[in-house]
Amino acid sequence: MKVLVGVKRVVDYNVKVRVRADGTGVETTNVKMSMNPFDEIAVEEAIRMKEAGTADEIVAVSMGVRQCQETIRTALAMGADRGIHVMTDEELQPLAVAKLFKALVERESPGLVILGKQAIDDDSNQTGQMLAALLGWPQGTFASDIVLTGEGAEVTREVDGGLETVGLAVPAVVTTDLRLNEPRYASLPNIMKAKKKPIDQIAVDELGIDVAPRLETLKVEDPPGRAGGKRVADVEELVDKLRNEAGVI
Amino acid sequence: MASLVIAAHDGAALDPATLNAATAAAAFGGDIDVLVAGGGTAPVAGQAAKIAGVARVRHADDAAYDHLLAEAVAPLVVALAGAYSEILFPANTTGKNLAPRVAALLDVAQISDITEVVSADTFVRPIYAGNAMATVRSRDAIKVITVRGTAFAAAALDGDAAIEPVSAGEGQALSKFLRQELSKSERPELTSARVVVSGGRGMQSSENFHLVEQIADRLGAAVGASRAAVDAGYRPNDFQVGQTGKVVAPELYVAVGISGAIQHLAGMKDSKVIVAINKDEEAPMVQIADYGLVDDLFKALPALAEALDKAGIKPR
Repeated sequence: MKVLVGVKRVVDYNVKVRVRADGTGVETTNVKMSMNPFDEIAVEEAIRMKEAGTADEIVAVSMGVRQCQETIRTALAMGADRGIHVMTDEELQPLAVAKLFKALVERESPGLVILGKQAIDDDSNQTGQMLAALLGWPQGTFASDIVLTGEGAEVTREVDGGLETVGLAVPAVVTTDLRLNEPRYASLPNIMKAKKKPIDQIAVDELGIDVAPRLETLKVEDPPGRAGGKRVADVEELVDKLRNEAGVI
Repeated sequence: MASLVIAAHDGAALDPATLNAATAAAAFGGDIDVLVAGGGTAPVAGQAAKIAGVARVRHADDAAYDHLLAEAVAPLVVALAGAYSEILFPANTTGKNLAPRVAALLDVAQISDITEVVSADTFVRPIYAGNAMATVRSRDAIKVITVRGTAFAAAALDGDAAIEPVSAGEGQALSKFLRQELSKSERPELTSARVVVSGGRGMQSSENFHLVEQIADRLGAAVGASRAAVDAGYRPNDFQVGQTGKVVAPELYVAVGISGAIQHLAGMKDSKVIVAINKDEEAPMVQIADYGLVDDLFKALPALAEALDKAGIKPR
């Protein structure tokens, strides 16, 4: 079975983002960029399937600017077999990404697509569900466990009340949650080997899909601030303040 | 045009997050309908009919929609969508699973986790774990929206809407519900609790969480956890507060042994009053807290329980 995984290039999760002074977005110049953490989990899961003999090829896909190839290289160094880079300098929103993925799925015919449940930049949590809808495939979102069975896949999902397990026909789309696995670090030899693995480059126009944004960002602002930082000396003062100053207990 | 709110429920009772979504729907000013889908859900439809401002409940009483599986429910929502200019879902795991599937089938964008309705086509939503707020305008004819519950008050339950049955053709049987393991708790539900007491990596073990629970018992609070505490297995996933877990905004949030990673702050920084109990005074949580107590939590929590007792705030 072939597995397609999505790897998005995002501002590193440790970076404290700053809103641009002109309100057009957040500062990304000279900011460390990394693979979206949920996508690392997706790559790791695919590699484990290959190691278990249930997957035979892993294709890592990224969409966007030239530097997305670095993100694909990271996936290749972890253990993906080859990459596909859909190139564009334009903003891609989740619906457009899902449509582009659909076009790639039609070319590649994977048995499973594994995506991160959300990207930590726009926090949309949409692309996997949209791709499943466009393909008419089942979806296993927020996965904390994936078991491939003879007939399909059993996916355990992290839901508000606890865990829920669904049975899916395959092919299917699965999106990863935090507890699915702990991604490996790429070893130096594997980083060297990854440089020789192929990355197909496809210009977004070649796929013939309208990727124009449907949402226009009018402005981006700092969230309302908090005036915190007051200290209390001991628990008695804390109880007194909560009761008599804040009035919350 | 009218708004459609998709009710979240567990088959027996309406999920209160639906009430926040109904309040967001009211901001559009049109009629509000609520869709309740699932077999044997007459009691849920009855509760939905009481939501203030709702014109009618559209009730798809069909086992095909049990557990609100997205593959089955999305085509139903799409079949009804033509009559609405907005379709709103609570931004809980049910809504987040379903809304993008509906949006893609309608070929429209989905607008996630809105915190404000600026106008009929313009919304505010957090990005980058709430470190920035984006104002976005939708160009689509139908707006498919998930609503951040903490940003909208719960609608009152003094309405009396009509309940009308709806049916749609065959759904797609692409997935089936197999089983669930739900956490059982006598405590209030995390996302709607008035007080939340959360523990982090500083708790050091699952057993030590009883210290957090002692405080929660006295305050009538829900118990939460940071990602680090959940990853370490101290508490199950449904306790996680943060960017990718639950977003809470209680009257009082007590963070115990939580350093305050960006991803955790994203889930609780809109709380009215924040207390940090941490031995590290440089911890970001102590910096943003309204009241920071810099102390060893293993000393502070038993002392706090005692101080609450003395103040007449005893376990309930």
